[in-house]
Amino acid sequence: MPLASYALGMMDASVYAPEVFARGLPLTPQSSVVGVVPTGSIADAAAPLLVLQGIGLSFGGVVALADIELSVRPGEIRAIIGPNGAGKSSLINVISGVYRPDRGHVLLDGIRYDQVPTQRLAHLGVARTFQNLALFKGLSVLDNVASGLAYKVRSNFAGQVLGIGRSPGEQRDSLSRADHILEFLDLTAVRDRLAGTLPYGLQKRVELARALVAEPRLLLLDEPMAGMTASEKSEMASFVRAARDRFATTVVLIEHDVGVVMGLSDRIAVLDYGRKIADATPDEVRNDQRVIDAYLGVASDNEDGAGI
Amino acid sequence: MAVITSDLTSAAPVLPKWIAPVLLLAFAYGVVPLIGSSYLFEAILLPFLALGLAGVGLNILTGYAGQVSLGSAAFMATGAFAAYNFNLRVEGLPLIGSIVLAGIVASAIGIVFGLPSLRLKGFYLAVSTLAAQFFVQWALTKFSWFSNDSASGVIDAPRLSIGGVALDGAVGRYLFALTIVSILTFLAHRLVTSQTGRNFIAIRDNETAARIIGIPVLKTKLLAFAISSFIIGVAGVIWAFAYLRTVEPDGFDLDRSFQILFIIIIGGLASIRGAFFGAALIVVFPLGLSRLGGFLLGDVFDSGVLDMSQRIVLGALIILFLILEPDGLVALWDRVRRRLLLAWQST
Ligand SMILES: Nc1ncnc2c1ncn2[C@@H]1O[C@H](COP(=O)(O)OP(=O)(O)OP(=O)(O)O)[C@@H](O)[C@H]1O
Ligand SMILES: [Mg+2]
Repeated sequence: MPLASYALGMMDASVYAPEVFARGLPLTPQSSVVGVVPTGSIADAAAPLLVLQGIGLSFGGVVALADIELSVRPGEIRAIIGPNGAGKSSLINVISGVYRPDRGHVLLDGIRYDQVPTQRLAHLGVARTFQNLALFKGLSVLDNVASGLAYKVRSNFAGQVLGIGRSPGEQRDSLSRADHILEFLDLTAVRDRLAGTLPYGLQKRVELARALVAEPRLLLLDEPMAGMTASEKSEMASFVRAARDRFATTVVLIEHDVGVVMGLSDRIAVLDYGRKIADATPDEVRNDQRVIDAYLGVASDNEDGAGI
Repeated sequence: MAVITSDLTSAAPVLPKWIAPVLLLAFAYGVVPLIGSSYLFEAILLPFLALGLAGVGLNILTGYAGQVSLGSAAFMATGAFAAYNFNLRVEGLPLIGSIVLAGIVASAIGIVFGLPSLRLKGFYLAVSTLAAQFFVQWALTKFSWFSNDSASGVIDAPRLSIGGVALDGAVGRYLFALTIVSILTFLAHRLVTSQTGRNFIAIRDNETAARIIGIPVLKTKLLAFAISSFIIGVAGVIWAFAYLRTVEPDGFDLDRSFQILFIIIIGGLASIRGAFFGAALIVVFPLGLSRLGGFLLGDVFDSGVLDMSQRIVLGALIILFLILEPDGLVALWDRVRRRLLLAWQST
């Protein structure tokens, strides 16, 4: 993996391009980063929405991530696969600022972060789901989804209690947007149930809804189909694709089921022991000997094998 | 995927939600003052209202926002002493003004002792709120200025009046307490069903996810401490001014903090109604126990035995609730009510 010298150039670009400008500019300096991985079908010319540069992360002696380079183009579905403990979740945690990498940077929309500010993540247009369910069990499905818009709320508690100022409007707006998403993901039937009382597969879908309601530009999904039946998986896959198409969202997707991943993603990065061992289109990854040795060969044993 | 139809809603009661509280209030204002004995007001309703309100306050912090606190009595004491001093030292300030200011002082103290919650969770946070408990009690005993340099540290609460109408009698103090408790409870209900209330629950249920979706976690936690302490502070004013009619630090000890925690555990965490269910039990239970004990055992059942048996039974009750009905009396009540309604509908 070329740990490129362009990193220096990148620094300049980001230092001199405050957020305001970065959004509006074509960001030509970064297009060289895209060139690192010249494969892929869509939007080769577009500046990447997300770039990881030389990310390294270890826990005590365990190297979770080593020298990871990754670029994600606007509008693509970018899968990350790899065996258990390969560092996939760690990568998403780095992108969402839950972990601070020991080395390297994250570039979101051309802006460089040593650690992505989690508190501002939603404002940056990034939403995510978690490998282990992270719903608010004590809230209804509707309220869970509406909470995905909490970052926008500007009314204060006094206004909300008294029902004055911008609070009633905000409330109406977030509930109606939440309702739309529920309809989109076919969750209207469970709208008023407590999230904690739903079956696992539905909880996963509610979590997707909570992430989608903010119409993020970048959506990070950590094993959204884990533990689902084959039909639930394909349903979820079609929801992910539909979400991408409808909201023009860029998706980073971790998933163990290789069959689902191959069908769903535009490009796949393969991790093994914290290193990226391949990064290409589904067809190329399928035939990559290293990937077969490290992951695919194993996967057909311990996964349900569907679609491989 | 199988279509999940809601199977729980079919038994939902047909009455709109506001009917029950409105009827209850009408009864509390219109009927109770006419039929109640002074024993009912002095020994049952006044402590019930004060502790119920304190339970509402603690439930906002612990039940909804998930921050365990053992400092409730400290905030009650702060409220009581602050109101006393505002009333004493600020010329022409109406009683209501003193009470609101006292709530604000309690709220400020709450924020200070809520700061550890930004780093600590669960058990460790509970221990750090003990600091509030000990510090406030120490300060109130140590500096006699707070009790206007009275020799005994025990001071008479000011006479209650609103808009020139004296509320000194048992019924008057009851109506005074009832009004404040009703207003604050209504506002608390509005709060927990608002966006801020949902943020509280989100932080309680999954702090990382809450932070990721952009809920200002630190600010929201401190807000929970502030609002909770305000309400508990006002509950302290009611306790001292309307119920005991004296202001003294001793009544606001760690036992009281635990009592309020037990109220919300028994009544139901994250439930406004639960605080009153729990308070009712805590107030009525020792009275019932002493009658029962006196009836069964006669003279042997003196105050020492009463106190001990009360602790034992209460402890057992709490363990039972935690195991069998973690959602408290409220959940029990709702279940019974639904059964009755179903039985009634099917006849
Ligand atoms: N918070 C943490 N503390 C300590 N070690 C961690 C932590 N998070 C991850 N690790 C370690 O880092 C390595 C990568 O873990 P990670 O969860 O990223 O793997 P993964 O690819 O998501 O695996 P899986 O498919 O099982 O979800 C593992 O060895 C794991 O034990
Ligand atoms: Mg993982």
